Amino acid sequence: MVSRSLTVGAAVREVKPVRYVVRRFGALLVTCWVALTVNFALPRLMPGNPVETMFSRYQGKVSPTAISAMELDFGLNTKTGELGQYFDYLGHTLTGNLGVSFSYFPSHVGTLIGQAIPWTLGLIGFATILAFLLGTTLGMVAAWRRGTAGWRRASLVDSALVPFGLMLGALPSYWIALILLYFIAFKFGWFPIGGGLNPGAGIASWSGVASLIHHAALPAVTLTFISMGMWILLMRNNMLTVLGDDYVKFARAKGLRDRTVAYHYAARNAILPVFSQLALALGFVVGGQVFIEIVFSYPGIGYLLLQAVENEDYPLMQGIFLILTVTLLVASFLADVLYVFLDPRIRMESAK
Amino acid sequence: MNWRALLHNRRAVAGALIFALFCLLALLAPVIVPYSPTDINFTPLLHPSARHLLGTTVNGQDILSQLIWGARASLFVGLVCGALISLVQLIMGVFAGYVGGVFDTVAAAVTNVFLVLPSLPLLIILAAYLQGGGLLMLVGVITITGWAWGAKVLRSQAIALRDRPFVQAARVTGESRWHIVFAHVVPNMLGIIVSNFFGATLFAVLAEAGLEFIGLGNINDITWGTMLYWAQEGDAILLGAWVWLLVPGLCLALLGTSLGLLNFAVDEIANPRLRRD
Repeated sequence: MVSRSLTVGAAVREVKPVRYVVRRFGALLVTCWVALTVNFALPRLMPGNPVETMFSRYQGKVSPTAISAMELDFGLNTKTGELGQYFDYLGHTLTGNLGVSFSYFPSHVGTLIGQAIPWTLGLIGFATILAFLLGTTLGMVAAWRRGTAGWRRASLVDSALVPFGLMLGALPSYWIALILLYFIAFKFGWFPIGGGLNPGAGIASWSGVASLIHHAALPAVTLTFISMGMWILLMRNNMLTVLGDDYVKFARAKGLRDRTVAYHYAARNAILPVFSQLALALGFVVGGQVFIEIVFSYPGIGYLLLQAVENEDYPLMQGIFLILTVTLLVASFLADVLYVFLDPRIRMESAK
Repeated sequence: MNWRALLHNRRAVAGALIFALFCLLALLAPVIVPYSPTDINFTPLLHPSARHLLGTTVNGQDILSQLIWGARASLFVGLVCGALISLVQLIMGVFAGYVGGVFDTVAAAVTNVFLVLPSLPLLIILAAYLQGGGLLMLVGVITITGWAWGAKVLRSQAIALRDRPFVQAARVTGESRWHIVFAHVVPNMLGIIVSNFFGATLFAVLAEAGLEFIGLGNINDITWGTMLYWAQEGDAILLGAWVWLLVPGLCLALLGTSLGLLNFAVDEIANPRLRRD
């Protein structure tokens, strides 16, 4: 872990939070543009013309106007040059037109993604908050026991928690999902074995909400479980780094209670870098989410992505990839903005 | 980097032992499998017994033989991807960071583009376009998606080393760039490079199995990922064939944990603040 410390006497100045946010926003726009461009280029770079094969497969099943519109988006049978196609694509995408899905014809890609995304966001939001709280607490305890072991007994907690955290990070999410599905949902029948809601239930009623929670429970537990390991390890390592700092030693030497030093001195500073890795962590969580939705047939983006892949529905696949990328970019931008208000050191830069 | 410290680090020793065990299993697979992993002539869905220690699949294959054989694919993809990813990171991270200039600017921009793209969805999409490619296709897409984060970390380390006196001295004596990178820069960040190698291998093992689990890759290869794919396709859950579901994932988790332990232990030894006193 890299610790940011200010060298005493070095010329530093504070960047106004607003300026920092504007700068980050500029970076967000650039990265979004990059993501759009990659999304445009991907199908065109693939060897063996998989897109052409798809079009011939759907010939007759999808209306000719939709086919020719999508051919334009994928750069087939068109007289427009690559550059013209690129600007057309940018125009379409920015106005929210992601094209038509072939496997769910005549639904629009945007509509399908719009229906799936609340499920995914709900699950990821809940599991990430829970995993963050549990993981950072465990990591803090492990580091505190380890860091102060010299004064007391050797730390069993730390010796057990590190391999545990590593194991959680190495578990295939779909496998955990399958095992829970088999034992808890199928064998014991405590939870439904798939879907997001009871058929016909709306979420406007209490029974609908209960059904929602009932269906989300196992996927959420699985996701929390596999993403917790990363937080345990990150927090533990940061906390150990902070515990080596002089101000913590001083606080201990002053005779402050352990609890005060741990929570008010060390943990507060250790948690900030953990927070800054939220963006990286979210990438990992989204990966786990995709598999978990597939196993539990949960009606979110990951399950939709599998449908798109299995049906070779490239417009839908591209749309999902784009939305996932942009959502992650926006999330990490928001985390950055929040971070700059939480940690004044980020606003400091050396004056030139 | 004090390599002997690894011998005294319990996590490193445990990780290395488990990892070595799987390597042995993979190497000796042709000798120790009780039956051919592709043989489909056994009674389907047998429970574990003396003749079939882990039972048979719904397609009449011996689960233990498939499990032992599966270690080969995971280790092959893991180690090849780990090596390739490390190589890309050396060029895009260490070398670029050291030489600076236009090459570094371009390399850093490319790295940032790859960092932006969520790796698992990108993997799925690439594999979907290149369907049916088998293990080599998987090696390719995993390498493309897995190198960026490590390259960024290595680049910042290389930049930090660039202006250290011993590197400057080597420059003054007229050593070539590649020589300086390999003889002076790399040895001083070997801990991070090795730790990254294990991290990349772990990523590759999980990615390969994950892609095969959803049927991307060659479903006729015998790997832990395809075992889980067929278990899912063959309704192992409804048939109560839980051993079939349990063991491939357990092996993945064990191999993954061993790689995680090695990654963590090397990082711990290379980073003095995390070291045990």
